[in-house]
Amino acid sequence: MARVWLFGPDINTDQIVPGRYAPYMLKDESELRRYPFIEHRPDFAASVRPGDIIVAGKNFGCGSSREYAPLALRMVGIGAIIAPLFARIFFRNALNLGIPCFTADLTSELTDGDEVELDLENGIITTGNGRSIHLPPPPLFLREVWAAGGIVPFYRQYGRFPGEVA
Amino acid sequence: MPTMSEQILSRVAGRPVRAGEVVTANVDLVMVHDSLAPGIIRILHNELGAERVWDPRRVAVVIDHVAPAASVQTAEKQQEVRRWVRAQGIPNLFDVGRGISHPVLVEEGLAQPGMLILGSDSHSTAYGCVGAFGTGMGSTDIALALATGKTWLRVPETIVARARGSFGFGVGPKDLALRAARLLRADGATYATIEWHGVEQLSVMERMTLATLSIEMGAKAGLIPPAGLDLTGPLVPTVDADAQYLQVVEIDLSQLEPQISAPHYVDNVADLSELGRVAVDVVYLGTCTNGHYEDMAVAAQILAGRRIAPGVRMIVVPASAQALHRAAADGTLATLLAAGATIGTPGCGACIGRHMGVLAPGEVCLFTGNRNFRGRMGSPEAQIYLASPAVAAATALTGYLTDPRSVVEGLPVTTGNGTVQAG
Repeated sequence: MARVWLFGPDINTDQIVPGRYAPYMLKDESELRRYPFIEHRPDFAASVRPGDIIVAGKNFGCGSSREYAPLALRMVGIGAIIAPLFARIFFRNALNLGIPCFTADLTSELTDGDEVELDLENGIITTGNGRSIHLPPPPLFLREVWAAGGIVPFYRQYGRFPGEVA
Repeated sequence: MPTMSEQILSRVAGRPVRAGEVVTANVDLVMVHDSLAPGIIRILHNELGAERVWDPRRVAVVIDHVAPAASVQTAEKQQEVRRWVRAQGIPNLFDVGRGISHPVLVEEGLAQPGMLILGSDSHSTAYGCVGAFGTGMGSTDIALALATGKTWLRVPETIVARARGSFGFGVGPKDLALRAARLLRADGATYATIEWHGVEQLSVMERMTLATLSIEMGAKAGLIPPAGLDLTGPLVPTVDADAQYLQVVEIDLSQLEPQISAPHYVDNVADLSELGRVAVDVVYLGTCTNGHYEDMAVAAQILAGRRIAPGVRMIVVPASAQALHRAAADGTLATLLAAGATIGTPGCGACIGRHMGVLAPGEVCLFTGNRNFRGRMGSPEAQIYLASPAVAAATALTGYLTDPRSVVEGLPVTTGNGTVQAG
């Protein structure tokens, strides 16, 4: 089971990892795993489990280009992020790191702390009471990048960029 | 007919492309800054297995985010970056004090009309001030571009912010951009380009104010037609009368009042006159958005012969060494110092909350930068208001948020590219 972490709209990358906690500022970069939502939601890093899901409002990840924001989320094993609209750079960074992002508004369907099951392959969330929520499938070229585990393994495997004809 | 984005991306894709297509494109220039360079270098060599950047002449490395170094860690990482730049034979290293990447690349002539420029910084939309398609990307995308000279992107649709008329007294490009953010909101231009029309009267750096703030509406690029600028480049994009736009927002500059963005979201914008009395502790003039020579000059005109209010700290961090030199040469700097302001090393300063003016809990800052997110400049309990350099100077004089028109009656203030308007 995966826990749902519910967030509001316009969560910016300074809220995900403040610039003061960037790898640049740290003695040991592996410390980054302690800092997702360090100020916005201090209980998150301590209790998040691998596979947990972030469900957020619109414009998730707006602001800075800092890849260490989604990287910190990958370090704690976030299984997927679901929001009705992603900020462009964040979406790209998450894709590059192999974090599945689904474009859907589930903020009124799920509540914080819900235990659900995520079938990533088919894009289905099953809630505790057995209800199924179908997530809109992302375009094929995005799913190919996730399947490869991110843009670096994708590029090394195929020798081309997403969307480019093989 | 093509938008400016379609014109530029058709050039770098090597075929005519239209909004909505996913294309692989040749990159003209890649900018890397100190904050993310160590991670980018690691991805380039260790994950991608590339030994060299694809073309050292098309790479610019700038040490601006923590400049000068604020700790042993940052000093060591900067040392590593300098060694890497030498080893790669990259000619364009702009070290501590040269300034923020965006104005520096424009001043150096590296950013040119018609180019595709990728930066490891979200405000890389800045290069739109010369008609270049500048966009910010994360470390992995930047490393891929350094390895291959290519990137992939979806050709964006275009939203036009169309200005008409001219700025009134004490009102300028920052107010135009904040008004656009008020209309479009923080996500209103996501995945799109904003083209700014009707702003030919602005200088290149004033245009950068518009271009940098485009990302705060979610935009992929913020383009201003380079018509009227004496610049050469691989392509001079133009506004095509038949181009297809997603949306057009009209803004009448002559009716525009000083705008203010209140904590903690950039699109939380109001007319300054709508706010009550808000006392400030710090006035901070700087950043790639509003730390240019023009911005210091506007502030100096308001502060000339006066002193900032007791108990207020006014910190000025020029966006570039060139801006600082110019301000020093014509007396602007002396005016700011005489008024009680202090000057920091050209660079990003406290914009990312790392050094040179970090805020304490409960402090209120009037900031000429681009983000007022909670915790952006230090304590999450601090309050950041975004406004123009004119509002910054007026606020420094009184100690509370102040309309510049109320403190400079009758004084001519330069706005735009040398236009002088009476108060």
